[in-house]
Amino acid sequence: MSTLVDRARALLEAGTVQVVIGFGAGSEPGRVRPVFVRKAEACDSLVADARHRPNLCTYLLKPEIRAMGRPAIVVGAAGLRTLLQLAVENQITDGAVHVLYLDADGAVCELPTLAAIEERAAMLPPDAVVSAPAPGATGAATSAASAGPVGIEQVDALPLDERWAFWQNELSRCIRCYACRAACPLCYCSRCIVDVNQPQWIPVAADAFGTLEWNVVRAMHLAGRCVECGSCADACPVGIRIDLLNRVLASEARSHFGAEPGRSLRREYALSTFRPDDTADFIR
Amino acid sequence: MAEFEPKIVAFVCNWCTYAGADLTGTSRIRYAANVRILRLPCTGRIDFMLVLQAFGQGADGVIVSGCHPGDCHYAAGNFHARRRWMMFRRLLDFLGIDVRRITFSWVSAAEGAKWAELVNSVVADVRALGPYAGFPQRLPDDLVTIGGQAPAAVEVAS
Repeated sequence: MSTLVDRARALLEAGTVQVVIGFGAGSEPGRVRPVFVRKAEACDSLVADARHRPNLCTYLLKPEIRAMGRPAIVVGAAGLRTLLQLAVENQITDGAVHVLYLDADGAVCELPTLAAIEERAAMLPPDAVVSAPAPGATGAATSAASAGPVGIEQVDALPLDERWAFWQNELSRCIRCYACRAACPLCYCSRCIVDVNQPQWIPVAADAFGTLEWNVVRAMHLAGRCVECGSCADACPVGIRIDLLNRVLASEARSHFGAEPGRSLRREYALSTFRPDDTADFIR
Repeated sequence: MAEFEPKIVAFVCNWCTYAGADLTGTSRIRYAANVRILRLPCTGRIDFMLVLQAFGQGADGVIVSGCHPGDCHYAAGNFHARRRWMMFRRLLDFLGIDVRRITFSWVSAAEGAKWAELVNSVVADVRALGPYAGFPQRLPDDLVTIGGQAPAAVEVAS
């Protein structure tokens, strides 16, 4: 069984790909950072890190990375789902990305086509994508966010005014750095609504209104599309569990519309279609 | 003390609810004057951000209304809107926003009486809930400074 490094080296030597996107050693033991390997002799810097955080698929659509040539990318379960969703949204074409799938046991398999990715993704257990932020993903996440509710159920269990107080307190730490947007592989609009300033839809300052609106917009624009990789919460420098906003909508889209983003190449976007018998009991 | 008069913002579609509200007027049906009607092409065009902007600029309640399912002028705009409302409403509830302040409804061009009833009932409900004091207000863009606070006083050049 050849290792990740061997596979990456062979791909670069053969000219099948021009860059391998993977993880390398980070600034301290146990941490990894994204690396972009362009020379076969540099492949030794690749680390087979099965945590797959952050989601490397984010880089695939960046113009700087596209300019490097055809990429190979090291992904886990969340990565497979991301790639399928990107394909559904016509952001990657068949064969444009060479996938090195690294499973939880460290075994590598190559998936050169979308069909191969779809086939492998279908074998994943339903809970294959990890659901909580990576431990120690951010310095703030461990200290600031540990006091409050940690899951959708806990937030929902709070009375309305406490829920509001909880989120206002959480969001008050937001500095509007948009790291969540940068980290999200599905937040790829070349002009984001938050950057539109004629008119200024969302105030730029980190005030309570603008921050609330930004976080609602981010969650709504990902509703029915989010594959729940958790990269947004990992990236948040102040440790806000913004992934909960995505997850609550993902679960809503799943239960009402059967939306399973990133599960196959034939899914449609739940919010750009409808059924005449969709039931919304709150409409008067 | 004067009774609290809630400010209600209604986002309505051009083809059904706006015409329905017109019919309420031409039928001489009296209804609460608390509602500010904003006409848009279709419920499918009513961005959820507009609802937040309304609350952020002092609305105590919001009505979003359009054509009944199957009656959309653009055939399917209201079906798309309905899915979006389902998501949006869940998210607001999850964030601790009282969804009783947002009313979604279908009012056709022939339902002038229903529009009057709807507005009256929303006004009564929101009046019972009281002013929406907790929602963060959008500061005028030229007053926002670093930290998101308005300066205490604004010098006006004479």
